[in-house]
Amino acid sequence: MALAFDEYGRPFIILKEQDQKTRLRGIDAQKANISAGKAVARILRTSLGPKGMDKILQSPDGDVTITNDGATILEQMDVDNQIAKLMVELSRSQDYEIGDGTTGVVVMAGALLEQAERLLERGIHPIRIAEGYEMASRIAVEHLEHISQKFDFGASNIEPLVQTCMTTLSSKIVNRRKRHLAEISVKAVLSVADLERKDVNLDMIKVEGKVGGKLEDTELIYGITVDKDMSHPQMPKQIEDAKIAILTCPFEPPKPKTKHKVDIDTVEKFQTLRLQEQKYFDDMVQKCKDVGATLVICQWGFDDEANHLLMHRNLPAVRWVGGVELELIAIATGGRIVPRFQELTPEKLGRAGLVREKSFGTTKDKMLYIEHCANSRAVTIFIRGGNKMMIEETKRSIHDALCVARNLIRNNSIVYGGGSAEISCSIAVEAAADKYPGVEQYAIRAFADALDSVPMALAENSGLQPIETLSAVKSQQIKDNNPHYGIDCNDVGTNDMREQDVFETLIGKQQQILLATQVVKMILKIDDVISPSDY
Amino acid sequence: MAIEKILKDDASEEKGERARMASFVGAISITDLVKTTLGPKGMDKILQSTGRGNEVTVTNDGATILKSLHIDNPAAKVLIDISKVQDDEVGDGTTSVVVLAGELLREAEKLVAAKIHPMTIISGYRMAAECARNALLQRVVDNKENAEKFKSDLMKIAMTTLSSKILSQDKEHFAQLAVDAVMRLKGSTNLEAIQIIKKPGGSLMDSFLDEGFILDKKIGLGQPKRIENAKILVANTAMDTDKVKIYGARVRVDSMSKVAEIEGAEKEKMREKVKKILGHGINCFVNRQLIYNFPEELFADAGILAIEHADFDGIERLALVTGGEIASTFDNPESVKLGHCKLIEEIMIGEDKLIHFSGVEMGQACTIVLRGASHHVLDEAERSLHDALCVLSQTVNDTRVLLGGGWPEMVMAKEVDELARKTPGKKSHAIEAFSRALVAIPTIIADNAGLDSADLVAKLRAEHHKEGCNAGIDVISGSVGDMAELGISEAFKVKQAVLLSATEAAEMILRVDEIITCAPRKREDRM
Repeated sequence: MALAFDEYGRPFIILKEQDQKTRLRGIDAQKANISAGKAVARILRTSLGPKGMDKILQSPDGDVTITNDGATILEQMDVDNQIAKLMVELSRSQDYEIGDGTTGVVVMAGALLEQAERLLERGIHPIRIAEGYEMASRIAVEHLEHISQKFDFGASNIEPLVQTCMTTLSSKIVNRRKRHLAEISVKAVLSVADLERKDVNLDMIKVEGKVGGKLEDTELIYGITVDKDMSHPQMPKQIEDAKIAILTCPFEPPKPKTKHKVDIDTVEKFQTLRLQEQKYFDDMVQKCKDVGATLVICQWGFDDEANHLLMHRNLPAVRWVGGVELELIAIATGGRIVPRFQELTPEKLGRAGLVREKSFGTTKDKMLYIEHCANSRAVTIFIRGGNKMMIEETKRSIHDALCVARNLIRNNSIVYGGGSAEISCSIAVEAAADKYPGVEQYAIRAFADALDSVPMALAENSGLQPIETLSAVKSQQIKDNNPHYGIDCNDVGTNDMREQDVFETLIGKQQQILLATQVVKMILKIDDVISPSDY
Repeated sequence: MAIEKILKDDASEEKGERARMASFVGAISITDLVKTTLGPKGMDKILQSTGRGNEVTVTNDGATILKSLHIDNPAAKVLIDISKVQDDEVGDGTTSVVVLAGELLREAEKLVAAKIHPMTIISGYRMAAECARNALLQRVVDNKENAEKFKSDLMKIAMTTLSSKILSQDKEHFAQLAVDAVMRLKGSTNLEAIQIIKKPGGSLMDSFLDEGFILDKKIGLGQPKRIENAKILVANTAMDTDKVKIYGARVRVDSMSKVAEIEGAEKEKMREKVKKILGHGINCFVNRQLIYNFPEELFADAGILAIEHADFDGIERLALVTGGEIASTFDNPESVKLGHCKLIEEIMIGEDKLIHFSGVEMGQACTIVLRGASHHVLDEAERSLHDALCVLSQTVNDTRVLLGGGWPEMVMAKEVDELARKTPGKKSHAIEAFSRALVAIPTIIADNAGLDSADLVAKLRAEHHKEGCNAGIDVISGSVGDMAELGISEAFKVKQAVLLSATEAAEMILRVDEIITCAPRKREDRM
């Protein structure tokens, strides 16, 4: 407890309600924080790599999530400890920034904390450790740049991209079909990518899932799927060369926002009103028809009468389409979203080669496919799978793969995976350590040891002897001066990751090291934790 | 120092062996629960709901049983989920898929105990599943070309599916019903078009398929009870007071006489509407919404049969069978397609009056009337029939057919066994285990029928060692029989879905090495 005494020996009260708070100070606080950080890392450690295991997470409502994705695990874990929350944030920011490597970053941070604990015990000041880490991380990032390779790809040569996505997918449950899914992801990203500006808008890729079928049925649709069906059961289920009117106004009489009243006091007025109403419906349909639309997609509902009129005039329509989908449809078909019937013009219509309704399974689930669009920039990845959890996990995996492909388009440098980059960095950092005079040297050396923990975890999860394997690979790297040797997780028989085609993106790796170092520095600097105690 | 607490209070975390144990135990106990319902001699379960009235359901359908369970174990939830998907996707095999997944996990548990890494087991299972699927693909029979044979295939499949259900006594009758109904759909899988009406009373044998269409409605008062060569207008329009849809309109009058005038105008409007409807030259009018007394009277005057308040499904089906379109405006009588049928009459089933449309044009929809002693029987009969219809409609699309009675499992097991012998490394243990899990299904079928399963399965295995063998378990005579002769068939699509989803689920559960349960959300105390 923090107690200060005045000159008469009476205790000063510094904190409000001091005796109801627990407080940890100095080395105790640091140790407690480190052990919390390590505990989080320990949970994720077994999920790393192609042979990593999954976790079952049961939410407060009893829903079950089964996943291998670090960010998802931490997010759903519902942690209470402050430091653990920092680790959750860490993984989340990796997810936002890069999309992949969310597990690796936490494992890395955990290893750094573990090393820091040892240094603290030897009496090194935490700030000095933090500074040493900072230097080391700079060396590591530079070294990564040094060993990275550029590779070329184009719309015709997607193989390198596919290989990189496959590395990402191989740690997920979907690795049975990783080739298939990697190809889908790469094609999806390429079709929305702006290769000149090196920009990819992932919002243009919609990932939809529906239970049933098998993973093999997952497909890339050059167009949009909408989970809706035609408004009238007897409308045609398939439209070729559709011209689509995209409306955000309901097929209903107008409802002015200002309060108003239409008074009816004579029979004549009553009848004119009625006629007007009929004409209104007629006009609406006629306007759509006049501009040459062959399909109407509407954000709102239709009146029964309007529905029949549409059907009657051979104008298929879809109602209650969500705003986001409507936008995607507009982008894909090159149409404009029209807020009023008066503004409908032929130019504002979207075009699609084929619109069809497809039904699934034995239930009456129907979906609308809009394909061969004028502007094929918006695509949909449609996932099928044995159960709901599988679909969810596939969605997360596809998201990772998409992010990786996007990162490669932004920056086409890669490093080799399988822990080879970490081992190579560790060697470089170790070598650099000796050049630094002062206490930081120890911290830098500790950083090198922490870098080893990722390949070590990989080896451990793959059922190999961790220390033995790691030292073998390390000596091989130094001997051949070749940074491509890594852990042979899949028992292929070679350590050369170049031959195994295991790549990771350079920015992903760099980001991992930077983020992990930052968080560790932050944790090390804390020397006082004040929290309300339970009672 | 004590390990810091990371998770919230009440949250729990189970790791490694313990987590695996928890999921194995959960999954296997679910399997044991539904295991006894498998096969033609499987038993039923009584489910009592906790809701008001403590309703009772008696069923044999795996998906229905599992759906009603409240489960806390996450692994068990995975199994329930696959059974639900199986139900949605193919309709049948909901029990088999759970049992197979459970057996796979049971075998995996033994392997894990023998210190084989779960990832190795998974890769073995994957190879085995692929191999098993190929084995099935090689042995499928496809009678798509031969309509006659295909129909008999369908008949066999329906009988096989129904034989494990409450309808097994009259399975021929119901199989015929189901096949006829599905053949009418002409390849579409929209089971909505098949209406099932349940009327308690009579016996199950009294159930029948009606060629035409039966609408569970009454005919308006004073209107003809029988119409020949009916022209039907199917509509969805308000026949009470036609509301003025222009927003903000209201009637303001200053004297009583004006009220009467407006009322008159309203009536006039309705009269006009009716006149327009009559202008279509119809003699039957079916509306989804209410028909008020006034227009009803007008229809009666014109000698037209008006049916009100037919629900959405009813309207859609009626439009399907009669070939008419669902109309909401009546200004262009010449371009509205009318529905036709030879005869409309009121019929009695039990105590209820129903409207029967026969001699319909399109004939895509049809009605099955189920009769039975009690609601429970009828509900279960409906579920069974639904299963059969689902399987049949899927088979119409994917015409590949396999034999039943444990034959496909034995064929797969044999191929998988062979693969195990060829595969080097630890995986071969997993592949072998897969084949053992496959054999468990015929074993359970035999066990449930009270037969000596060990003996039968051994015999079966010996039989299967010969090329092109059709042997399966004949539960009725309690011996190994020729499935082709006995006419026991199953749809390839169902078997494939069982195989793939069970493997997928087992794989998913095997990959887990940690379970983190969040603190349950605090609920208001209802006590």
